[in-house]
Amino acid sequence: MDILTELFTDYTLRTVALGAALLGISAGALGCFALLRRQSLLGDAISHAALPGIALAFLLTGSKSSLVLILGAGAVGWFGSVLIAALTRRTPITYDTALGILLSVFFGVGLVMLTFIQRMPDANQAGLDSFLFGQAAALMQRDIYVILAIGSVILLLTVAFWKEFKLISFDPDMAETLGLPVRALEHLLTGLFVAAIVIGLQTVGVVLMSALIVAPAAAARQWTNRLGVMVLLAAVFGAVSGVSGAVSSSMAPNLPTGPVIVVVVSMIVGASLLFAPNRGFVFRKIREWKSGRALRVDAVLVDLYTLASQHASADYPHSEQVLNVMSSMSGTAKRTLHLLKTLELAQPIDDQRWSLTPAGEERARRVIEEHYGGGA
Amino acid sequence: MSASIEIQIIAVLVAVACALPGVFLVLRQLAMMSDAISHAILPGIVIAFLLTEDLSSPLLILGAAAAGVATVALVELLRKTGLLKEDAAIGIVFPALFSVGVILIARFAGDVHLDVDAVLLGELAFAPFDRVVLGSIDVPKATLVMASILMLNVVFIGLFFKELKLATFDSALAATLGFTPVLLHYVLMGLVSTTAVGAFDAVGSILVVALMVAPPAAAYMLTQRLASMLWMSAALGAISAVGGYWMARWLDASIAGSMASTAGLVFLLVLAFAPERGLVSRVRQQNRQRQVFARDMLLIHLYHHEGLPEAEQECRVEHLQDHLRWERDFAMMAVRTAKRAGFVEDQEGLMKLSDSGREQARHALVHI
Repeated sequence: MDILTELFTDYTLRTVALGAALLGISAGALGCFALLRRQSLLGDAISHAALPGIALAFLLTGSKSSLVLILGAGAVGWFGSVLIAALTRRTPITYDTALGILLSVFFGVGLVMLTFIQRMPDANQAGLDSFLFGQAAALMQRDIYVILAIGSVILLLTVAFWKEFKLISFDPDMAETLGLPVRALEHLLTGLFVAAIVIGLQTVGVVLMSALIVAPAAAARQWTNRLGVMVLLAAVFGAVSGVSGAVSSSMAPNLPTGPVIVVVVSMIVGASLLFAPNRGFVFRKIREWKSGRALRVDAVLVDLYTLASQHASADYPHSEQVLNVMSSMSGTAKRTLHLLKTLELAQPIDDQRWSLTPAGEERARRVIEEHYGGGA
Repeated sequence: MSASIEIQIIAVLVAVACALPGVFLVLRQLAMMSDAISHAILPGIVIAFLLTEDLSSPLLILGAAAAGVATVALVELLRKTGLLKEDAAIGIVFPALFSVGVILIARFAGDVHLDVDAVLLGELAFAPFDRVVLGSIDVPKATLVMASILMLNVVFIGLFFKELKLATFDSALAATLGFTPVLLHYVLMGLVSTTAVGAFDAVGSILVVALMVAPPAAAYMLTQRLASMLWMSAALGAISAVGGYWMARWLDASIAGSMASTAGLVFLLVLAFAPERGLVSRVRQQNRQRQVFARDMLLIHLYHHEGLPEAEQECRVEHLQDHLRWERDFAMMAVRTAKRAGFVEDQEGLMKLSDSGREQARHALVHI
């Protein structure tokens, strides 16, 4: 509870948490579109590609204010995304290769610029390094204002163009036939995406910012099939991981922010993959087991009925061995027979032999009706 | 041997060692796997280091290779659940593993020489100071490590060339013929991991990506044969390495960053000027096709009206624009191209087919 009290009273902590929450929200929301458009790795490429933008902005203006650096990063990041699109459209280079080249080459250029700045006389470049892994503790009140301003614009535009973005994410061809300016909308969406990335660079770092884009969206996807719910959930996941990462790293001095955020958000993804209803791994296994059991029950019932139909009465008993042989594809009949007994569909006559109850006979007839269209 | 030459030798070894497996990554559309693996090997290295407490232990390479293969397996596992697409799976697995590595370093290994910047950025300039003595020769350790890894790559690709080729271009056929493309895939990824760990000690993980992707992509623009793509990638990688070194000397900047920049520059040049698939040559081909098409349309038009009464009217340049509704540029281009080839003679604005022009018009009529 100490952390909670501090969160509301401690100035630095509050600032850091607020900033991290804001960028978690915008990254999570925009990440959903990237995930659905199969551009999960574009975020990785853009965040690396933004590094020379940061260095260039510093070289040109000599300022380390976050607005200037964010603008530089945004411009170069957007240029990078345009290059990727042009490379894949106009040359034989494939998407993944274009991403890899752009990511590494731009990052290399950024590195050259950073070391160049480092060796310039009387240039105070301290702080630019923190863009690699993020330094939440270094966030200032005015940085938060920048994040808040850009983040609100991102979210407002996303809401304003909601149905257009939805349509170009799911069915760009239909958007085209409806006469929507698909190319322009794609550029806008990519622009918002770049903006969501660059406002996080200072806190999370270029190396790991992509995870804050992909992971909340991937986690949210497991819980719902509705885009609106998915975006909201992703925003919440992004905010939660952003805050917990930023807070824990600003309390422990040698814990870089980016990695902590990524570990938290990865745990959310893991939990979602396992426990989300419907899609989650655990629920799917339970469902498979249940439907498997239902199938086995019906199979043994039908076997019993088939055997009995060759005798005078439907409750004519048959031995377990015979049933074992008949259901050899699905293991032994023993467990299923006991299940049938619990369900009062069949009853043991003695140690070995089983017969159908009237309810079992009724159900067997219905199953045969449904699956085999009458007569067995 | 001077430090400068030693650094360049290491750089070339790294570049060639990366380019060879990189060819297969690019061809299999797994380029981003190099990014994922080069980041995700970090926890393997850190855990191996925490166990051995020795930065030069060969276990570190083993740990890294294991982490690389584990990354591939994890991505595959996530993809197979059907809950995530492959790109999303990659985008989640490697940052998570990398973060674990960074946190482990920050918590437990903060005071030794294993800091994150070195992992990410590398520092080739210091490589010559870490030396080993082999019999009578005294070489930098990085030279020895990279030469061994390069040998490993060359031997593997040499031995399994046709299997790799088959699995890369038609893995379904490879599977039906009884080869095991999945096993080959994992071995290849293990090789990528080993190369990445050897290389990133010297040049950092991001440069590994640049050297694994950019030279093979450039070679892909130059050739359609696997064998030539391999040696071209190696050559282009080596050029990027040496060029990058001198660029770094000139700018007094990071060698790794300069090598990545040079690799990008080399790729850009090849992309623009590659003989057949390059941008410039594609534009020229398209122009040429437009000219030939325009010329043949003009010839057919002239041939159609040749010797008829309306020829006086039809075979004028203005007519092409007014009645055939050709764009002015298109009409001019058609006339210019036809004249230059000697298919058409201009008699005071009236165009007449030459013998060869008539021949070409008949030919075009049949072949268009």
